[in-house]
Amino acid sequence: MIRHVVALGLLVLLAATPSWAQEPIRIGFLTILTGPLAAPGKEMENGIRLFMEEHKNALSGRPVDLTVLDTGGTPAGTLAKARELAEQRKVHVIIGPLAAFEAYAIAPYVNSQRVPTISPSAAADDLTQRKATQFFVRATSTSTQPTQPFGTYAAKTLGFKKVATIADDFAFGHEVVAGFQKAFEDAGGQVVQKLWPKLGTTDQGPYISQLRKDIDAVFIGFAGVAALRFLKQFEDAGLKGKIPVLANQTAVDEALLRNMGDEAIGVVSTMHYSAALDTPANRKFTAAYRKAFGTDPGYYSVGAYTAGLFLKQALEKVRGKVEDTDSFLQAVRGVAIADAPGGPIRLDRHGQAVHNIYIRRVERQEGRLQNTVIHTIEGVSQFWNYPEAEFLKQPAYSRDFPACRFC
Amino acid sequence: MEFWITQTFNGVSYGALLFLLAGGLSIIFGMMRIVNMTHGSYYLLGGYVGLTVIWKTGNFVLAILAGALTIALVGLGEYNAFLRRLGGQELGQVLTTMGFALIFQDLGLVIWGGDPYTIPAPAALSGSYQIGELFFPVYRVFIVAVAAAVAVILWVVLEQTRVGAMIRATVDDAEMARGVGINVPLISMGVFALGAFLAAVGGVVAGGFVGVYPGADFEILPYAFVVVIVGGMGSLKGAVIGSLMVGLLDNFGKAFFPELSYFTLFAPMAAILAIRPTGLFGRA
Amino acid sequence: MLPRHRVIGLGIMLLLLLVAPPFLSSFLLTLLTQALIYGILAMSLDLILGYTGLASLGHAAYLGLGAYSVGVLTTRHGANFWVTLAVGLLLAAVVAAVFGLVALRATGVYFLMITLALGMVIWGLAHRWVSMTQGDIGISGVPRPDLGLPWSLAKGIPFYYFSLAGFLLALWVLWVVVRSPFGQSLVGIRESESRMRTLGYHVWLHKYIGFIIAGTVGGFSGVLWGYYNGFVSPADVELATSVEILLMVALGGRATLLGPALGAGVIVLLKNLVSVYTHRWLLILGAVYIGTIVYAPEGIVGAVRQFAKGVKPEPLRSKA
Repeated sequence: MIRHVVALGLLVLLAATPSWAQEPIRIGFLTILTGPLAAPGKEMENGIRLFMEEHKNALSGRPVDLTVLDTGGTPAGTLAKARELAEQRKVHVIIGPLAAFEAYAIAPYVNSQRVPTISPSAAADDLTQRKATQFFVRATSTSTQPTQPFGTYAAKTLGFKKVATIADDFAFGHEVVAGFQKAFEDAGGQVVQKLWPKLGTTDQGPYISQLRKDIDAVFIGFAGVAALRFLKQFEDAGLKGKIPVLANQTAVDEALLRNMGDEAIGVVSTMHYSAALDTPANRKFTAAYRKAFGTDPGYYSVGAYTAGLFLKQALEKVRGKVEDTDSFLQAVRGVAIADAPGGPIRLDRHGQAVHNIYIRRVERQEGRLQNTVIHTIEGVSQFWNYPEAEFLKQPAYSRDFPACRFC
Repeated sequence: MEFWITQTFNGVSYGALLFLLAGGLSIIFGMMRIVNMTHGSYYLLGGYVGLTVIWKTGNFVLAILAGALTIALVGLGEYNAFLRRLGGQELGQVLTTMGFALIFQDLGLVIWGGDPYTIPAPAALSGSYQIGELFFPVYRVFIVAVAAAVAVILWVVLEQTRVGAMIRATVDDAEMARGVGINVPLISMGVFALGAFLAAVGGVVAGGFVGVYPGADFEILPYAFVVVIVGGMGSLKGAVIGSLMVGLLDNFGKAFFPELSYFTLFAPMAAILAIRPTGLFGRA
Repeated sequence: MLPRHRVIGLGIMLLLLLVAPPFLSSFLLTLLTQALIYGILAMSLDLILGYTGLASLGHAAYLGLGAYSVGVLTTRHGANFWVTLAVGLLLAAVVAAVFGLVALRATGVYFLMITLALGMVIWGLAHRWVSMTQGDIGISGVPRPDLGLPWSLAKGIPFYYFSLAGFLLALWVLWVVVRSPFGQSLVGIRESESRMRTLGYHVWLHKYIGFIIAGTVGGFSGVLWGYYNGFVSPADVELATSVEILLMVALGGRATLLGPALGAGVIVLLKNLVSVYTHRWLLILGAVYIGTIVYAPEGIVGAVRQFAKGVKPEPLRSKA
């Protein structure tokens, strides 16, 4: 008897459930798992894996089919993988890619294929400014979103007058420096020297010894091993403690910090997140992340995890009906989350996250280095305090804009 | 004045680092005419092995030796199984060694993960010597010392010993060497292993200065080629002078013409080859 | 002309390429398009590597020159296909003419090294000349060409046929070159420079012209490559790309033209398909590099020929 009731109940349930409910939601995840950028790529994958595990591989009552692909770190590879995801796997949404040059390579394509794409890492400003597309949104900062408020902070709060900058000679480095410079100089500071070691510069010595002696601080814009190297060689040159170091969002990221020594202590940096951020949502996130992977989450993992949160909220809004591309895209672009690991986050009309920016200082706590939050700037937009229209009228931030008026 | 002293010192110490990278290549490439794309991998894997040893034992010297010996064995295996039979076939050498480079790159990633590390050098090598207003990092002085020691040992071995004479004879004319009873295959194997050994020493020593990280293999490979080419192949003197020249050129280039830093290496290399197709001190 | 069985073989291949599109998924079709474009590049390298015996480690430069011509001219000046084609070919030819002057002074390993250095100069330019190339970000948003045809080349199938036409054109040009007396003397130079010199041939000039033709056809593949991807970046001119082209030629079979094209197809499919199934695809690619030299030193075409002749393939030639 009972068996019959259960069977009948199941039958009714099946009949009531729309046919698409059992179809999995197909998510494509583009990251880099081979070559020099494999470590950040793995962190990104960790972020999304943790998210999926916490949600038991199901969102809005539908199972999730996650495909993680390696782009190989080349634009052509990324485009080929995006094609595989969109045309072969027919994914409903793409999360990724890692690098800005990869994002530029696929943004027009995903737009033409109408696949909503959430960037967890690629930061180039113009992807959500002058070259914004409907189907591309970002769950992380633009390159300059953290460095512009930092420029203001360095001038007004830290009271620095003259600053030198040194950054990787590639687009990301150019942008972070330019954003810092613009805001710093608008707040009364002066960037008096700009140095650009080319990517893969093994010896920073020649640049470090060129640093002017009359500066109040040096702003660094490095990613990966260059940051590790700079801080070490900066200390070796006897400059640590004499010239304060201000850092962009990636230079003392948690992923690098765990392999750094005392040379990093005291570096003040800016980002939309810190593993040491003391909020309930972040305590939960970092605890789960540490348990799963044994390390602190950082730039790449929090970006991917937050992209997962975006997806979840958008799916809830359309009640799992991801097939309705137009309403799903609208839901994605309307995301607003109150308690992401990095605090409240929402998207502006360009599809760019508006969120808190934290000024952090590297400190040693319980034997390991962490980014202690020393100041919070709430609800920072990609345009900082500048009027949007005016901002978009000026040239994109680059190596030559703003020009170095005080060099 | 201050500027000149600091930059010259930087340039010399960078040149010393380059010599450690390129010394081994100069031997393999210069003496045996094997275009070895795996050279960068020896450097990187040497650094990784050294890193593991220093984590386990904390002994820096042991790390250098273990890294170098392990990689010498790896090189020996690669040479014996494949390269030995590819003498004079540049294309075969390039492709075979490139294949190994890709495999080593991925194995390094699988075994050591992709994080960048710095090899923790002994406390005695950290900090700097201060003379007046000038700082001379101890580690840079150490690199210069290691490079000088390696250069002297190589010179003594190659120029002053019986083994050295046999090596030179083999390099100059293998047929003749075989005729006078030299064990040519053994000598060739030994020379190749020595080249790999030196690359790994470079990897561990450089690891304390520029770090050990995926991508280092292909990053340093062109540098090593440039040094060997500028100096001329098959010439120890050429490798020493080539390293110093490239080190200084790169340094002052970065200081005076930072805009051209992408070309300070390759443009001079192309120019030198255009004028002297066998490098500055090379033999045809 | 050609032996009958080869004509039939080529005919079947062409027929397969012509009728394939409707049977392939759009993804596989794009990969096949990519294989055709890389096939052109590999064939162009074959002219100097296979026929003339000059191993260049900088051939990716010409791919880049063609692609950057497309990127810069279309996005900044709205140039049409014919303008980008003309500029791309001309630029590649001019650069090859300059590089050839420098590189052909050397032979053997020195030629490898000098072409490596010259290739790296182009790579440096791609990175550093930001106002022209947009640096590491590259130039994106390149529209597909509009030739005034009834079919839009923005679609996969028309662009495939467009690339196939380009491929056949390049094949025809190179085929004519290698069949000509000029091509025959290139082979003669490969076999024995001194003999050719004694016979009164201007060896250097032959090599130089071959080098320029190879660069120009390489530039042609670059033009298609720029349109195919819709972007161009410094990754296109990396050392790794140059080595990969060498592999394509060796894998397919040197001095066979179609062999390198086949090699390009294998590598393109391998890189893009294998990496979907395993993240350790670099290990497999590495093994292909080594395996090619060990087991198929004459490439796929060579192995097939030997098999057809009933000769047991010689695994690895020993010269020592």
